[in-house]
Amino acid sequence: MLSKRIIPCLDVRDGKVVKGVNFVNITEIGDPVEHGAWYSEQGADELVYLDITATHEKRKLLSGLVRKVAENINIPFTVGGGVNGLGDAGALLEAGADKISVNSAAILDPGLIDQIAKSFGSQFLVIAVDAKKINGSWVVYRSGGRIATSRELFDWAAEVCDRGAGEILFTSMDHDGVKTGYACQELAQLSEKVPVPLIASGGAGKREHFLEVFTEGKADAALAASVFHYNEIPIPELKKYLKENSVNVRI
Amino acid sequence: MNPEIVIIKYNAGNIRSVDFALQRLGINAEITDDPEKIKNAAKVIFPGVGEASGTMKYLHDRGLDKIIRELRQPVLGICLGMQLMCRFSEEGNTSCLGIFDTDVVKFREGKVPHMGWNRLEELKGDLYGYSEDGDYVYFVHSFYVPSSQYTTAVCSNGYVFSASLQKNNFFATQYHPEKSGTTGETILKRFIAL
Repeated sequence: MLSKRIIPCLDVRDGKVVKGVNFVNITEIGDPVEHGAWYSEQGADELVYLDITATHEKRKLLSGLVRKVAENINIPFTVGGGVNGLGDAGALLEAGADKISVNSAAILDPGLIDQIAKSFGSQFLVIAVDAKKINGSWVVYRSGGRIATSRELFDWAAEVCDRGAGEILFTSMDHDGVKTGYACQELAQLSEKVPVPLIASGGAGKREHFLEVFTEGKADAALAASVFHYNEIPIPELKKYLKENSVNVRI
Repeated sequence: MNPEIVIIKYNAGNIRSVDFALQRLGINAEITDDPEKIKNAAKVIFPGVGEASGTMKYLHDRGLDKIIRELRQPVLGICLGMQLMCRFSEEGNTSCLGIFDTDVVKFREGKVPHMGWNRLEELKGDLYGYSEDGDYVYFVHSFYVPSSQYTTAVCSNGYVFSASLQKNNFFATQYHPEKSGTTGETILKRFIAL
């Protein structure tokens, strides 16, 4: 059976990791390869590099980072943040990214999903969806959670799959950063509704939350940032715990 | 001088990954679609992420389909490369190279693509040692090759399918050894050492 995936997320700005591993003696601050290699050795199944660079010029640095990671890391990685068109997607593929994650640009122009899937294959395209519950309905947000859209989570997830998304990365904005667990109920509903693998994001605070997201939440993968950055939950211990609790993980 | 190892260049995604993986093992390969270089290389890698019908057309237009079929040195097809080495693919209803006398079909159950780490089981053939039995490798694919006389490893996800194939000098993996951590590196090294 496919194992459940554990995915650390690293924040990148101007081609450097600004939030990655904050507790070991990494020699070159911000080096994407060193951070990624450390997680890979710990047993991470995939990596996500999330670019938070503001300006277009500096975005070129991202391609350089992607190439360095592709040259040096022997597990798959996804690059997200600021992919605005087919050109951006192609440049990241050319640099060696295994997958890209697209969020706002897909909301503003859903046809971009079809274009990327057709040009580079569905396996290359993760659609990231940020949503928040408002008056009982899950509203999709864009632009890093700053702007509410007219889209509803479950309808949007179904649409992106129809258009060719290969995977969905769902972040509950209500759960993100509070470390009280993932949005398991919504994840389970999503997982049953969408035909593609589902990555859960937002809410990990302790190892039990990972167990819940794979059992109750029916997620295929769990993404987290701070619990890994500060080694609050070491990945080897997490995987051992999950295995002891009958979750299929790669050890 | 002809290169020792060539990676067949075609209109597919991320074929660089294979080159990078070989570089990590200290091996320099050449990415090329030059028929002479492919014919004369010691080993040929036929990688792939992409779509079957478009890729077969690309190969056919350059006469590479015939060349690949007639290679006598060790050849390793990866992912789409493996599927194209079969007879026919349901992806785009494509006639493929026919090296392996078996067809490629679409997953009709479970989540598609079959994406992530899954185990190698029932290993045999020259790519494997005992140590990889039960190891996890990385897959990402929406079509699969059923188990057949060419199957050298299987994988299961509620249903069983071929994780790798071998026939004479032709080897193929459905998974991506170049993305499969140290297990993948061991398998690539074994192919290179053939």
